[in-house]
Amino acid sequence: MGNSESTFWRVIDYFQNNIDWILELTVEHVVLVGSAIIVAILIGVPLGIYLTTNEQLASTVLNIAGVIMTIPSIALFGIMVPIFAVINQGIGFVPAFVALILYSQLPIIRNTYTAIHNVNPQIRDAAYGVGMNTWQRLFKVEIPNTIPVIMAGVRTAVVLNIGIGVIAAFIGAGGLGILISQGITRGYHEMIISGAIAISILGITADLFLRFLQRLLTPKGIS
Amino acid sequence: MIQYKNVTKVYGEDVTAVDQVSLDVNEGEIVVLLGPSGCGKTTLLRMVNGLESVTDGDITFNGESIKDLNEIELRRKIGYVIQSNGLFPNMTIEQNVTVVPTLLGWSKEDKKKRYEELMELVGLDAEDYRKRYPHELSGGQQQRIGVIRALAADPPAMLMDEPFGALDPIIRERVQDEFLAIQRELNKTILFVSHDIDEAIKMGDKIALMKDGQLMQYDKPSQILQNPANDFVAQFVGKDRMVKSLTIHRIEQLMERYDLLVSSIEKGEIATVSKSSNLRDVLSYILESKQQAVHVVDENDEVIGQVDFALVNQYMIDLADSNEPVVNP
Repeated sequence: MGNSESTFWRVIDYFQNNIDWILELTVEHVVLVGSAIIVAILIGVPLGIYLTTNEQLASTVLNIAGVIMTIPSIALFGIMVPIFAVINQGIGFVPAFVALILYSQLPIIRNTYTAIHNVNPQIRDAAYGVGMNTWQRLFKVEIPNTIPVIMAGVRTAVVLNIGIGVIAAFIGAGGLGILISQGITRGYHEMIISGAIAISILGITADLFLRFLQRLLTPKGIS
Repeated sequence: MIQYKNVTKVYGEDVTAVDQVSLDVNEGEIVVLLGPSGCGKTTLLRMVNGLESVTDGDITFNGESIKDLNEIELRRKIGYVIQSNGLFPNMTIEQNVTVVPTLLGWSKEDKKKRYEELMELVGLDAEDYRKRYPHELSGGQQQRIGVIRALAADPPAMLMDEPFGALDPIIRERVQDEFLAIQRELNKTILFVSHDIDEAIKMGDKIALMKDGQLMQYDKPSQILQNPANDFVAQFVGKDRMVKSLTIHRIEQLMERYDLLVSSIEKGEIATVSKSSNLRDVLSYILESKQQAVHVVDENDEVIGQVDFALVNQYMIDLADSNEPVVNP
């Protein structure tokens, strides 16, 4: 009891003494995960929408994205190193960035595909019937009515990547994973626990922010 | 205005949904496509605005083959109404109503004005509903919005796919009456899909009865009821087809052939009906009041005579004998 209590205080101490560094690592983490997610959305959402027009390709792409997710994260980051070594980017930001993009594709593509695929057929029919062209149908009807489902995929991807982003530290891409990787090497428990807490706080905050964003983007008529 | 010429629709290899159908829809008419489910009536309707392709034959709109017209522009020129779920849930009522004008690039002021006109047409408060969303409305209200959305850009023709099918019977009756009143003013050319013979008799200037993709009979409701072309039609319209046909005829029409009976009974002693009532209602009132006849009153609520069962019977026999086309209300 006394031991765990003192561990608690030592973690608090660690936080207080290293707050600047922890914030710096947090910013690195946010930049890495954030930029990966933005690119992942730019790829995944249009791809998910496109797949609704091509059933055969859809199952292939969803299977590939599914397989990528089953690769253990540390292995996926490991694979990136020799691949990007070819262009002299074997360690650091680039391999981690690409690995995170790949990792977040499944939830984003699958949710977008499912959402657009399952738009009420009568509503889609009405959109055709009033004379909307493909883009108008997509942007005036299909996407607005499926924002909650698409956003749920993005949220899953963000929270997932904040956790997996820890591995980035092992291939020199920085971020909060530094606290954990160094803590393990040095047997420094307070450092590991601080890292884990910081990542949890970041994940919860990001999810709350995205929930808020989702509410903002969802049309009033369907909430 | 809309002409089907030997239109055939085949799905996949060998599923024939529509088989060699030819029919003309004249300007200002309501034509009801009627038949059991799977008879091809909806497919037939959806081919007009290109929601279904035409396998063989041709459809013309205003004399031009729809194959030569731009699909998107054609759809904006033809109002389209489906069951109540067809409103866009993400748009306000005003946005829903003015969706076609928006696509056509109308100015804000024009759209606002049009929205207000249309809401007045169906007796809904424009201000009250402007910012509301479809899910906040009852089924009947949603369906009225669906109808005026189709009317928004004042299209010459409308396609209506079981538009009142999702409403309960009482509301349906009311919305049908409202729609007929609007149609009397606007005179749109309308194709209307229904599986309900009573609705078809009520709404249709003509009925096209379909079975297995083939057109069984295309005629005025009175003719379909009184002279069914084959066993299927007779069976579909039902054994009570003569009773149903009574709904087409009104006392006013009967009065063109016969004088009403002179009434010696005091007003109020027997039931009264207005002279615009249909003959089915007249019989129903006679049976309900357990009397031999009902009083007929004019617009000023003055008794102008009475009608009894024998007179209605006489009228129907004469009609059948003369086999004269009857003007539909």
